[in-house]
Amino acid sequence: MIAIVDYKAGNLTSVARALDHLGHRCEITDRPERIRAAERVIIPGVGAAGATMENLIALELTDVLREDVARAGKPFLGICIGIQVLLDRSAEDRADCLGIIPGEVVRFPSSVDGRPLKVPQIGWNRVRQTRAHPMFEGVPDNSHFYFVNSYYPVPADPAVTIATSDYGVIFTAAIARDNVIATQFHLEKSGAAGLRMLDNFCRLKV
Amino acid sequence: MLAKRIIPCLDVRAGKVTKGVQFLENVDVGDPVAMARYYYEQGADEIVFYDITASNERRGIMIEVVRAVARDIFIPFSVGGGLRTVDDMRAVLLAGAEKVSIDSGAVRNPRIIAEGARAFGSQCIVLSMQVKRIEPREGFPSGCEVVIDGGRTPTGRDALLWAREGERLGAGELCINSIDRDGTKLGYDLEVTRLISETVSIPVIASGGAGEPRHLYDAFTAGAADAAIVASIVHYGEHPIPDLKRYLRSRGVEVRDTVGMERSAN
Repeated sequence: MIAIVDYKAGNLTSVARALDHLGHRCEITDRPERIRAAERVIIPGVGAAGATMENLIALELTDVLREDVARAGKPFLGICIGIQVLLDRSAEDRADCLGIIPGEVVRFPSSVDGRPLKVPQIGWNRVRQTRAHPMFEGVPDNSHFYFVNSYYPVPADPAVTIATSDYGVIFTAAIARDNVIATQFHLEKSGAAGLRMLDNFCRLKV
Repeated sequence: MLAKRIIPCLDVRAGKVTKGVQFLENVDVGDPVAMARYYYEQGADEIVFYDITASNERRGIMIEVVRAVARDIFIPFSVGGGLRTVDDMRAVLLAGAEKVSIDSGAVRNPRIIAEGARAFGSQCIVLSMQVKRIEPREGFPSGCEVVIDGGRTPTGRDALLWAREGERLGAGELCINSIDRDGTKLGYDLEVTRLISETVSIPVIASGGAGEPRHLYDAFTAGAADAAIVASIVHYGEHPIPDLKRYLRSRGVEVRDTVGMERSAN
């Protein structure tokens, strides 16, 4: 069973629908024991870093995610805000985050080379696979994925970046370290390429 | 760089696609779910549904449509038409839509933009406006007035000023629908689209008037639009989405490549 972490925000049901479509059993839950019992864990979402962390703290899920999921070696997928809360801290709401992946989350600049940059980024951007990874099996390099974000992750160790994207600045679009995988783009809204990556995650052996 | 988005628009009345969709293959053209699926497989980057159901009591049907569409397609889609309150928006979003499109309801009660943005995030809120060219007049720097009720009711608001107000209140995207061009196949109103796109810092969607592939090219270049709504240009099968994308790509416009993949991977 795959647990989708219910932190009282975001589009939890769209990830669940995508997993249903792919034939993987999942459960939307905020209960620590269900998350501990799950084979895999997904933290999806749309939302702000501050509110997301507040909710995870109020639900007493931060240690569960750090210890019983990330450190325990369980396949763990963060999507959108779910990638951002994996790092140490975010410039959004100046939030302290989970600290599972060292690094921080910063905001897109409002202009690049004197030209205004529309923030948030909303739409389809190309994702360049900078490292081979089983998550990309069957996914052509430079495929488009759907992004909605004003902030992006800057991991301290560049080796955890497995894909980048270019929105005026080249930023980390996906990371992987052992069992911990995360994407800034919405796998559940990115058509066939996104579904394929979700399916790859569900089959990932770590 | 973001791909320019092509967004087919489907008008839905009491759960059925209404206007002039003719075709094609084995698709039930009245069925919004089958139509959405068809456009998804064709490589649409997003889909918008306008609920034109007249009576309130039948609105529940649209929620069922949204739920069914959300089970079947895995790209963003938005729903507009008759949304007046945050609860209306919530119902559509919980049923699986990525965004809501508000139009007349926002003109009558601008606060709904801010309330929706606060409740669901700006990325969920598309402010759609119907605009109409007017004689040059004081207080109308864009030369276009916002109209509602399908163009029948002028609002006294300038399109550019309303766009900026919408952005300030928290809209995540703006859809500029030219009433003058709607249904004409003469191309989008590039002037007002460009003016607004270059003034605001949120994405702008061109709407109304697409009849030829070059109209999309014009919207994305001269019109500075981030996305374009298409209706009759794709509904009659004359210019399928893969052809539009091939054409745009050949002219150097960045579009999302999908062709074939949506079908095979599902």
